[in-house]
Amino acid sequence: MRPSSEILVGIVKLLVGAYPRWIGCKPDAVQRLYFANHSSHIDTLAIWSALPIPLRKHTHPVAASDYWGSGFRRYIATKALRAVLIDRVRAHADDDPLAPLIEVLTRGESLIIFPECTRGKQPIPATFKSGLYHLAAQFPQVQLIPVYLENLHRSMPKGAVMPVPMTCTVRFGFPLVLGDGEAKDSFLTRAREEVIKLAGAITAS
Amino acid sequence: MTPQHKAWWLFGGIAALLAVASIISKVLGVRAKSESGRAVIANLNARVNAWWVMVAVLAVAFTLGKVATLVLFGFASFFALREFITLTPTRRSDYWPLILSFYVLVPAQYALIGYDQYGTFAIFIPVYAFLLLPAIATFGADTEQFLERTAKIQWGIMIAVYCVSYAPALLLLKIPGYEGSNALLLFYLIFIVQLSDVLQYVFGKLFGKTKLAPHVSPSKTVEGLVGGGLSTTAIGGAMWWITPFTWQQSLLMSFIIVVMGVLGGLTLSAVKRSLGAKDWGVMIEGHGGMLDRLDSVSFAAPIFFHLTRYFFV
Repeated sequence: MRPSSEILVGIVKLLVGAYPRWIGCKPDAVQRLYFANHSSHIDTLAIWSALPIPLRKHTHPVAASDYWGSGFRRYIATKALRAVLIDRVRAHADDDPLAPLIEVLTRGESLIIFPECTRGKQPIPATFKSGLYHLAAQFPQVQLIPVYLENLHRSMPKGAVMPVPMTCTVRFGFPLVLGDGEAKDSFLTRAREEVIKLAGAITAS
Repeated sequence: MTPQHKAWWLFGGIAALLAVASIISKVLGVRAKSESGRAVIANLNARVNAWWVMVAVLAVAFTLGKVATLVLFGFASFFALREFITLTPTRRSDYWPLILSFYVLVPAQYALIGYDQYGTFAIFIPVYAFLLLPAIATFGADTEQFLERTAKIQWGIMIAVYCVSYAPALLLLKIPGYEGSNALLLFYLIFIVQLSDVLQYVFGKLFGKTKLAPHVSPSKTVEGLVGGGLSTTAIGGAMWWITPFTWQQSLLMSFIIVVMGVLGGLTLSAVKRSLGAKDWGVMIEGHGGMLDRLDSVSFAAPIFFHLTRYFFV
């Protein structure tokens, strides 16, 4: 592992713990698409820190280039986390915003995405955008893992400059499967419910 | 014997005790038949292993000296406060008081000990922090449960930072005829408090029948309390040679440390349960959180410090 990544993980664990809870799956080295509720700027770092090192090597967080795209944040995102930067605002109408993600999945690597796109104020996620569905339809062999981040909305509310130290757990749920010919909306609703279910899950240590 | 020699003997003795504990728990593990018996032994194993780590960390800090010891206790306070705040329902407008508590109060309190500022150390949190933090919280313009939130944050800081910091504050006492040995006094306090917890657990598991306070702390028993408390007091009396006390004084001090430790354990158990949790956290395998190990220290340390300061300085 790179030193920059190790230092970053150390700081994240010192401040917010980021204790993994493998409730519905094991930390296996298979290709996965982790999708989580988005409540703070350290969500990405928390999931990344909760993954064991061998899994981190093949997992790329997806980050918005308007926030992570420049300066020191860009250094962290691209060098330490090896994140995939995407544009939330399309430059041209015919650009496919998912293209960089498709490229990573085609290579056999795993991704961390936040289907809400923007940070919510509540611990319960807002409605999911359709990107998750398109990726699930295009890559049926990739395991879809719901992830719930507990407490981070309290640790780092909107507008916060640094996190209040708090123990946060990262809960990994049961793999979700896209049904044969399942409609987009029903799949996205189901995906969101899987994440919400984890919010109430009793922490199995 | 120099203080260093005494310290080597003490840590050597603890390592020997832990080795015996490790062997016993392995043997019990092989012999355990029932499901519940296995769970108890698995937890015992985890506890003993965690003890090895905690003793090693303490030994390293003691060897490196005052600054390392203060840094170690500073981190212990930081993690203890983190556990307390995690279980406390805070709101958006508590953000700045909390940020100041973690990033300013904790380092400042230990720095005051480092710079020998006894006067400021003793009042910094109870006077300045307890008045200024709620004042800062008012800028959040949120009066919803303001008193409850303020009180809870205050209690967290009081226990996790102020009370715990009294343990390493023993390093700044100037006891005539005991110069250069203060680290041994800190060792004495931590050893008695933790030994009392361990022996109460052992006596409770072996002879425990009558529950002491089933609603507050279900695992505590009268037999454990009496057996563990008295044997710890006796051992504490026998440790007079590392303290500035006579053996009678040491016996009395140990007794007070044990009593305060029990009260701390019970009180913080009640606090924890009123916040809806069974353990403070998951940091220390088998034990729970940092505060599950520090609850008795937080009550014993300030009293032991002030008694020693009043009668021996």
